[in-house]
Amino acid sequence: MSLIDSISFPRSFRLPRVDGLVQWIVPLGIIAVWQVASVTGFVPTRVLPAPSDVALAGWKLLLSGELIRNIWVSFWRASIGFLIGGSIGFAFGLANGLSQLSAKLTDTTLQMVRNVPHLALIPLVILWFGIDESAKLFLVALGVFFPIYLNTLHGIRTVDPQLIEMGRIYGMSDGELFRRVIFPGALPSIFVGIRFALGIMWLTLIVAETIAASSGLGYMAMQAREFMLIDVVVLSILIYALLGKLADSASRVLERLTLSWHPAFQKR
Amino acid sequence: MQTALRTSLPETELASHANFAPQARVAREERPVHVSGLPLTIRGLRKSYGDNEVLRGIDLHIPAGQFVAIVGKSGCGKSTLLRLIAGLEKIDAGSISFGDAAVQPEDIRVMFQEPRLLPWARVLSNVEVGLGRDRSSGDAHARAEKTLTEVGLTDKRDQWPSVLSGGQKQRVALARALVSHPRVLAFDEPLGALDALTRISMQRLLERVWRDQGFTAILVTHDVAEAVALADRVLVIDEGRIAHDVMVNTARPRERGSAELAALEGSILSHLLSAEDRT
Repeated sequence: MSLIDSISFPRSFRLPRVDGLVQWIVPLGIIAVWQVASVTGFVPTRVLPAPSDVALAGWKLLLSGELIRNIWVSFWRASIGFLIGGSIGFAFGLANGLSQLSAKLTDTTLQMVRNVPHLALIPLVILWFGIDESAKLFLVALGVFFPIYLNTLHGIRTVDPQLIEMGRIYGMSDGELFRRVIFPGALPSIFVGIRFALGIMWLTLIVAETIAASSGLGYMAMQAREFMLIDVVVLSILIYALLGKLADSASRVLERLTLSWHPAFQKR
Repeated sequence: MQTALRTSLPETELASHANFAPQARVAREERPVHVSGLPLTIRGLRKSYGDNEVLRGIDLHIPAGQFVAIVGKSGCGKSTLLRLIAGLEKIDAGSISFGDAAVQPEDIRVMFQEPRLLPWARVLSNVEVGLGRDRSSGDAHARAEKTLTEVGLTDKRDQWPSVLSGGQKQRVALARALVSHPRVLAFDEPLGALDALTRISMQRLLERVWRDQGFTAILVTHDVAEAVALADRVLVIDEGRIAHDVMVNTARPRERGSAELAALEGSILSHLLSAEDRT
């Protein structure tokens, strides 16, 4: 017993920390190689500026306040669009998962709309909304809608029917059945939808801001291209990567908090 | 007639035990300490799925507190009979009644082959589910904990079901079925998925809680040895009818593998096999 304890304790104690560092080895390695390649002139700075130059450009923009303002604008658009599209998708997923009538009424239509690439609507959206905020929000919401709708629906439909029968036998009301059996059962699938949606959220926002915007990260990158500021272009791309990673980590934390019962999330 | 004779005999024995050993656990009485179960009367029960007539007229009376095992080959309708008794399916024709008492939903509970625990609820909350309408009452925790103690899982109260073994999960399911003090408990092959040793200890547990609580027990099983080890009475179902109704008069606690039980098991098996040969 004491032997097993002494072996397993440091392992379970150290592992998460090492894991946390391991995932950053590759990105940091790439930056290091990139810096060396730029400094030695192997990669011309007109093609790709050195990481240090990118960092310098970032510092300047940070001081001028432009960087924070653009990040804030993009972040705000992303989250509002995500909230709108996500809640509508969740609502439709619930309705169609729980009610046959609702599913018959709307599912075919939604599946048809789903097969139109939402970015193909950009010309139409510009005609409707101009380059207003609502254009970006509309596109993000539309992009986010489908993964959340589909995965919520799938999650609800695949809840173990034996558990639902058990709930009924033990006298659960419809509301209780939803709260105690159906929703928790659908949650893992809903999280898959959320993580898909976060990816689509950034993609849509970048495209929309690049084409039709007067502020935001995508706009900042396009402006920089006009003035041949390649370091700012690269900076915007890196910030997108970081924001995407941040959103993914946030959803993972949320997943770990709400799915602690799931064998895949239990601490060993 | 036959049943009346049987139940009268052990009750006198019970009375004599009660004088000497008031502690239920210590006494080796055969029958439940007090009978809380409901009697069950089934008349002309029929059930079809499409063109397939699964039950073709079942007539059956089960006295309160009796432990009945139902055996039969797969597809004979034994599980359907149990689902009808538990109210999980609609009756096509005939009737099922539980004496004169007004039956509450909490009075009849079912235990399945799968534990059917909520994976996202801790063991104790899973047991609380069994309280039915009393789930949100103040003493829900206490009642669930008490029942968890009865099945010997107090130390697992805050665990997730996924970390439990198959036998432990089934014991939680048993606690959930017991927590509302049901008066009829229906078991649909509850031990079918367990290994041999776990199964024997679960059989002992089932017998003990039945004796302590005195509910009417209906056990559907494919294991004839299990049926004769646990039940007062074994029903053989064949082609949707009760083909044989066998009393098991062996005294409790029963010794597994004794010659008496083995002989009984053999005769029931030969009934089953002859039914098999005819098809």
